[in-house]
Amino acid sequence: MTNVLELRGITKRFPGVLANDKIDITLREGKILALLGENGAGKTTLMNILYGLYKPDEGQIIVHGKEVQIHEPNDAIKSGIGMVHQHFMLVPVMTVTENVMLGVELTKNGMFLDHDKVAQRIHEISNQYGLEVDPHALIKDLPVGIQQRVEIIKVLYRNANILILDEPTAVLTPQEVEGLFKILETLIKAGKSIIFITHKLKEVMSVADDISVLRLGRMVGSIDPKEATPEKLATMMVGRDVNLIVEKQPAQPKETSLEVKNLFVRDERQNLTVNGISFEVRKGEVLGVAGVQGNGQTELVYALTGLLPIDSGEVTLLGKPIHHNTPRQILESGVAHIPEDRQRHGLILSFPIHDNLMLCTYYKEPFARGVSLQQKAIFSNAEELVKQYDVRTPNIYVNAGTLSGGNQQKVIVAREFSRPIELLIASQPTRGLDVGSIEYIHKQIIKKRDEGTGVLVVSSELDEILALSDRIAVMYKGQIMDILDANKVNKEYLGLLMAGIHPSETMGKK
Amino acid sequence: MSETVSPKKTKQEHERSTSLRQELLIPSLAVISGLIIGAIIIAVSGASVVDAYGALFKGSFGSLSEFIAGIKSFTATGDQTELLKAIYPFTESLVAATPYILAGLSVAIGFRCGLFNIGAEGQLLIGSLCAVFVGYSVKSLPAFIHLPLSLLAGAAGGAVWGMVPGYLKARFGAHEVVNTIMMNWIAFRLSDWLLSGPMKSPGFRPVTQNVLATAELPRFFAAPLRFNWGFVIALIVAYGVYWFLFKTTLGFEIRSVGANPDAAKYAGMNIIRNFVFVMALAGGLAGLAGATQVLGVDHWVGQGFSAGYGFDAIALALLGKSHPFGVVLAALLFGFLRSGATDMQSMAGIPIDIISIIQGLIIVFIAAPDIIRWIYRIRTAKKDEMVLTRGWG
Repeated sequence: MTNVLELRGITKRFPGVLANDKIDITLREGKILALLGENGAGKTTLMNILYGLYKPDEGQIIVHGKEVQIHEPNDAIKSGIGMVHQHFMLVPVMTVTENVMLGVELTKNGMFLDHDKVAQRIHEISNQYGLEVDPHALIKDLPVGIQQRVEIIKVLYRNANILILDEPTAVLTPQEVEGLFKILETLIKAGKSIIFITHKLKEVMSVADDISVLRLGRMVGSIDPKEATPEKLATMMVGRDVNLIVEKQPAQPKETSLEVKNLFVRDERQNLTVNGISFEVRKGEVLGVAGVQGNGQTELVYALTGLLPIDSGEVTLLGKPIHHNTPRQILESGVAHIPEDRQRHGLILSFPIHDNLMLCTYYKEPFARGVSLQQKAIFSNAEELVKQYDVRTPNIYVNAGTLSGGNQQKVIVAREFSRPIELLIASQPTRGLDVGSIEYIHKQIIKKRDEGTGVLVVSSELDEILALSDRIAVMYKGQIMDILDANKVNKEYLGLLMAGIHPSETMGKK
Repeated sequence: MSETVSPKKTKQEHERSTSLRQELLIPSLAVISGLIIGAIIIAVSGASVVDAYGALFKGSFGSLSEFIAGIKSFTATGDQTELLKAIYPFTESLVAATPYILAGLSVAIGFRCGLFNIGAEGQLLIGSLCAVFVGYSVKSLPAFIHLPLSLLAGAAGGAVWGMVPGYLKARFGAHEVVNTIMMNWIAFRLSDWLLSGPMKSPGFRPVTQNVLATAELPRFFAAPLRFNWGFVIALIVAYGVYWFLFKTTLGFEIRSVGANPDAAKYAGMNIIRNFVFVMALAGGLAGLAGATQVLGVDHWVGQGFSAGYGFDAIALALLGKSHPFGVVLAALLFGFLRSGATDMQSMAGIPIDIISIIQGLIIVFIAAPDIIRWIYRIRTAKKDEMVLTRGWG
């Protein structure tokens, strides 16, 4: 069996950081290599080098036994390397055909775009690899899973035989993930080779032929999927033993903390995205809201925290209505919010850590006396929280933007947990975080629950929902499909609900 | 992340001093580069660079030999005239810098909140008209009431002029760039009308009356030196703005809204209220710039009073990186250039416009710092460039 791609001794330094340190990787022909590592381990840097976006300081890239120089993405494409980015590079208002031909436009009569020929070719690719898609559909009308197919078609259209998929499952439902894995199988059968970048351990084991693990810019080692266990992989990734299962006692729910009745919310474009939902969160329990991203969860959280006005309905916190309150009033009534987009809402990246740690309470004692900010109190608060929540930073004076994602999230958690709270709303609390940080944040959330706080966790990661929740609500198209006891459901059942199918219609509850 | 076990304090001090050096590096190099290219242009036009910059320097700082001679004559005879003549150029530079400081602060405070105040010119003009009106029309008040009242009138006039676009943005989402420009035009035409009609002094020229002596900002030296308390006020206000922005909760809100409005909203800040408040403050500062110019230097207002202070202020805010102290430094630089340029023209025969070219170059270099990084091979990874304003809408 031949190796289609070898990276030898790839080293890349950024000012002050060794992003890749003498990394060796081998991709066998017709196989799937999973590249596993925490955020910041250097996976993306390595792939960007391979795709010509960065230049390595040292090392060789060998494709089909020949050393190649890759200075820009075009060189990579010429060598048969194609990349499917985590964030799709598609123009939403253009058709599938136009997106596919973007950059390699076919023309007829010298100046007119040849849509038909490209569409024909897309058809061929679709049939060959089982990537069904309508070449004339607009990207914005397609679900995420199909958009991903378009990305894959784009790569195949450019005749790639080595495919790099960067975190391809992050935005998919469990069923869509299954679909993707089937596509990967077809691709492999057709002789393509694939590098699959991820930090999800179970996926790796089900799909990979080889596994390579990166940590802190170094190659930790390779392992045969047959011998791998999630625990083993996690330990390799993090460098220490990790507890993958959140240890928790059964919940002790008390009185109602948050009650939502018949809530309707419009998003910023005035589309009705939360479509009449009702639920309650009791003190001392975790209600998990599962669902594929974009089914109204974001707007639900924005409405609960006052960031979006509600259309109609009622929200009460400890019996008091809060649905017409400002974000500040809601905050002051004891709602802590870990926002979905930590860089957009949660932090001011250009501000130092110490200012971010008092972002919601800057106007109160001890941080302010009258209008005058009390620097001493701000600093000592920051020093204390950084220590308590183990934020890895050189000091409290550096800007929040210099921290890694996990440490940024810790700053938010530290800030929100450091004031007295009645209700915790955590939206995608561990998105993009490494295993170590996930473990930490989950523990903190359960700790809050055990202190008697009501917790609402919104996540598109089913594993996270299952790990944290006492009860699970599944959202689909702005409505709640069902609210279930977390002990009595499994992933498949939830997956169907997430896809808008009520399992009771087709099969019995497991 | 380094594992060095250096004492915490020195490390943090070290980081702060390097970041300060970083902050100053690009602007300094921009100024130097502007002067070098200015020199090339002077040389190409056939004049002597040494003569030109010599005259520029002498015109802005004065000459050391004359200063020493002045001191000698003063100690020998008690006659001030020589000495005053020697410090005249320097004090004139400070006089020129005064409205620059205040107008620069006006634009800078807007930038800090993510707002682009192009209306400093109009706000300054309205401020000067309000100040001059109170200055000449309110009679028989003691100076300690009349002067502050006139200054306040200037600031209030500017504040109203700035608040209007602020309110329009907050209430209707109208972009402040468009509205401040429109407010400028309203201010220009309004002042034309006022100066040729209601506020016109007796006589032929479209100018106002002189303000009363009780409304004048006291001068430090005898005529013809015009150096006055306006400069001191500008410095105090600059410190005040610094304190306000960086040491108060209100300033923290403004900076938060400017740096990340979404996070500001999340933290419970009222973005709309901040927009109106900051535009009023910015207008007030520009109005105060007009007031100090009227009450300290000119004592009356005529057409073309402002002469572009409000537009240069945008450059000053950029050059000073929207930091009050940076604005003061930038304003001093522009003050020296502007006041030295006159001498350069009369003594070396270099057109005054070369100064505009140099100023323009400096601004280009500041606005596109990558040019400077490229010329001087500065290899700093830019981390968080401050976002001055965001896109339309």
